[in-house]
Amino acid sequence: MKFLRNIFDNAHAALNKSEKTKKFFPLVDSVDTLVFTPNHTTQKGAHIRDAIDLKRTMMFVILAMIPCLLFGIYNAGHWHYHALGEAGGYMDNFMSKLGIGAWYVIPIIAVSYAVGLGVEFIFAIKNGHAVQEGFLVSGMLIPLIMPVDVPLWMVAVATIFAVVIGKEVFGGTGMNIINVALTARAFLFFAHPTSMTGDNTWVAGIKDMKTDGTLVDGFSGATSLGDLAGAKSKYAEAAVALAKDKGEVVVAGLKAEGDAMATKAVSLMDSFWGFEVGSVGETSAFAALLGGAFLLWVGIASWKVMVSFFLGGLSIAGLLYAMGGNPFYEVDPIQQLMYGGFMFGMVFMITDPVTAAQTGTGKFFYGFIGGALGILIRMANPAYPEGVMLGILIANVCAPTIDHMVIRANVKRRMKRLKTA
Amino acid sequence: MSKSIKIRKGLDVNLIGEADKVIVDAQRSQFYAIKPADFHNTVPKMVVKVGEKVKAGAPVFKDKYNMDINFVSPVSGTVSDIVRGEKRRILSVLIEADASDEYQTNEIANIGGLDAAGAKSFLLNAGLWPFIKMRPLDVIAKPEDTPKAIFISGFDSHPLAPDYDFTLHGKGKEFQAGIDLLSKLTEGAVNLTTRSSNPDDTFKSATGCQKHSISGPHPSGNVGVQIHHISPINKGEVVWVVNAQDVAIIGSTALTGKYVPTRLVALTGETAKNRKYYRTLIGSTIKNIAGNNIEGDNNRIISGNVLTGEKVEMDDYLGYYHSQITVIPEGNEYKFFLTKGWLGLGFGRFSASHAYPSWMSKSKKFNVDTNLNGEERAYVVTEQYEKVFPFDIFPVQLVKAAITNDIDNMEKLGIYEVAPEDFALCELICTSKVQSQEHIRNGLDLIQKECM
Repeated sequence: MKFLRNIFDNAHAALNKSEKTKKFFPLVDSVDTLVFTPNHTTQKGAHIRDAIDLKRTMMFVILAMIPCLLFGIYNAGHWHYHALGEAGGYMDNFMSKLGIGAWYVIPIIAVSYAVGLGVEFIFAIKNGHAVQEGFLVSGMLIPLIMPVDVPLWMVAVATIFAVVIGKEVFGGTGMNIINVALTARAFLFFAHPTSMTGDNTWVAGIKDMKTDGTLVDGFSGATSLGDLAGAKSKYAEAAVALAKDKGEVVVAGLKAEGDAMATKAVSLMDSFWGFEVGSVGETSAFAALLGGAFLLWVGIASWKVMVSFFLGGLSIAGLLYAMGGNPFYEVDPIQQLMYGGFMFGMVFMITDPVTAAQTGTGKFFYGFIGGALGILIRMANPAYPEGVMLGILIANVCAPTIDHMVIRANVKRRMKRLKTA
Repeated sequence: MSKSIKIRKGLDVNLIGEADKVIVDAQRSQFYAIKPADFHNTVPKMVVKVGEKVKAGAPVFKDKYNMDINFVSPVSGTVSDIVRGEKRRILSVLIEADASDEYQTNEIANIGGLDAAGAKSFLLNAGLWPFIKMRPLDVIAKPEDTPKAIFISGFDSHPLAPDYDFTLHGKGKEFQAGIDLLSKLTEGAVNLTTRSSNPDDTFKSATGCQKHSISGPHPSGNVGVQIHHISPINKGEVVWVVNAQDVAIIGSTALTGKYVPTRLVALTGETAKNRKYYRTLIGSTIKNIAGNNIEGDNNRIISGNVLTGEKVEMDDYLGYYHSQITVIPEGNEYKFFLTKGWLGLGFGRFSASHAYPSWMSKSKKFNVDTNLNGEERAYVVTEQYEKVFPFDIFPVQLVKAAITNDIDNMEKLGIYEVAPEDFALCELICTSKVQSQEHIRNGLDLIQKECM
């Protein structure tokens, strides 16, 4: 340790020698404080302080994401082989699947961290403060919510956009209004929709397979939600056809096409364990729940937000299920929540404390709005099968207003006491 | 109406180093000090000069903006120095003690026959007034106010705090006289709070006051918390508070006419030796109590407790309101992140957070040094303060209003009900290491300047 300590002390001393190099102090300091908890002591106020700090808090969130990451790597490999028709059983070619998965996923993580931390360092030097810990989590979240076949340059651009516009313009970690990782995803979703949705992005290397003709027959590469949204569109076409009196045969044909698409959606168990195509880390509800259980155990994530988010999603899914009318609505509500990024969003996105409501009561409303809107957008608007992302972003935007209402109630209570006294 | 109150939110900080319940007489100090800084926002106006003789109980300085308030000498002796700091601000007045005390006696009050004005003038003349503090603001009470109630907390729930049941044992007569005198000052009640489990006879036999029993973790002993649950303060209202031990000093002065500000000082903390209760006077040197009773040479000496106390050196003097000295190791060393640092397993490290395993052993006592354990950051984690803040107040929002000097929001969010000490636990457990006590104090100062 002494040896390491000397390296940092020498580095600090070297930087302090000239005014020109002094501004790079935050760089060395950031690495230093990562390796050594600094020797700062309390000067004012309480003389002792809790052992917890932001670094440990953030690191624990990263630990919680590891199940999602590992499963995501395996899953990317599995569907790569599946598209080639070589997947076999889930455990066949296990190491090759991991290998090819890592080949595709690790570069996304590397780009996300390298670019994001690069931007953070620039801001740290410019503003003369230490690099703050927020991006440690965002840098891992971004790869987990990207399609595996996304071009790396897009990851880089989205990360820059998210860190600069989503966070640093507001003042850095702790000051942002909307979730940084979702900002990156939303940016790509609207700027490069063809790389973020559709059939050609969810499986590693699927574009090449389609040009080479190596893609196995009958495999479209769409997500379950994509299939279900397609089925819903067919039913909508059928309704239009019916209105225009195109004849029973046409209507029935369209509906049959829709039903056929809907059957491609995976089963409840497959979607729970995560054996479906989708963004890298989002598919496995089980892995997300493992992480969620860990975060609740160490008290970092809020159960209030998680529970209300789930209930919000369930209530809308249940409502539309009761309405019925097309294969998408008729998916069992629990199964509906297992598809796509809902569970991942519940554990890692909606719970981001900076962008969530800060008051206890507010958290219930905030989570419910996020879950309900997410599922509503997903199911009601077939153009956005990944409505959860938008639902959470809208909830982020609502959070300050929710807090304001809750705090105003507290203030009113105090004012009332004054009048009755 | 007597109430029984259970505080649910809070945190008992179990540290190693409680004082044994043994009383030892501390050596008489050569010098005693009265420090204006102990009386927040008080500007002293000297009434003695260097070299002048003073008796015990004779005024040394007055409050410049309220010349009725006297600050008196704890011993008889010679004013040996007036220590000044920047801008000639008076830091402390040193009195070289005589071998034995001569007293400036104050007319012995027939307590029963006094009216409010009489009681006030006795307390002011005898130099007892500084013991009375007011909420809001947590400063010395203004004699011209009439408080809606007076609160006396019968226990201290701070870490390693002295046990009032022990220090006030057998002081029933003085304590009762103090209560009788204080009850003249308010049209409301004198409220005495005790821990629910078997308080000392001094408290049990006290009469002429509303008694409340309080249970629950720290900060249940903070008088601000008790006021909030018994008779919350609204804008424009004033409550006076007196420490239970000071009530006994007030009482004994009233009974004998002599000002003998005895303090039983608990010497506590992991690196303190001979941890006992030391009998001394207000203004004594730290050296006389902790002098030979410290292990190691890298320690923090605190006048008061670890949450709200003041950092002192051996040559400094005991704080006016303090009856505790805590000695803990300094934490001025680097900690490698995987072993002792931020990513270690952390068995045995104190944390209220569940991210360290120590929360599972609730009765364990911890040794904690003064390391900040991290760096100051913007608020990230939410609903953390609320767990240790037993007020119907949003603590983070109030701190933010104080940081931004937002008087309007501070008033709305409840600044009149809190004192910095109520935020000590928030500060302790804060992931972002925000100095909330200081922010609240600054907020209160602004309120005092603009609104009071």
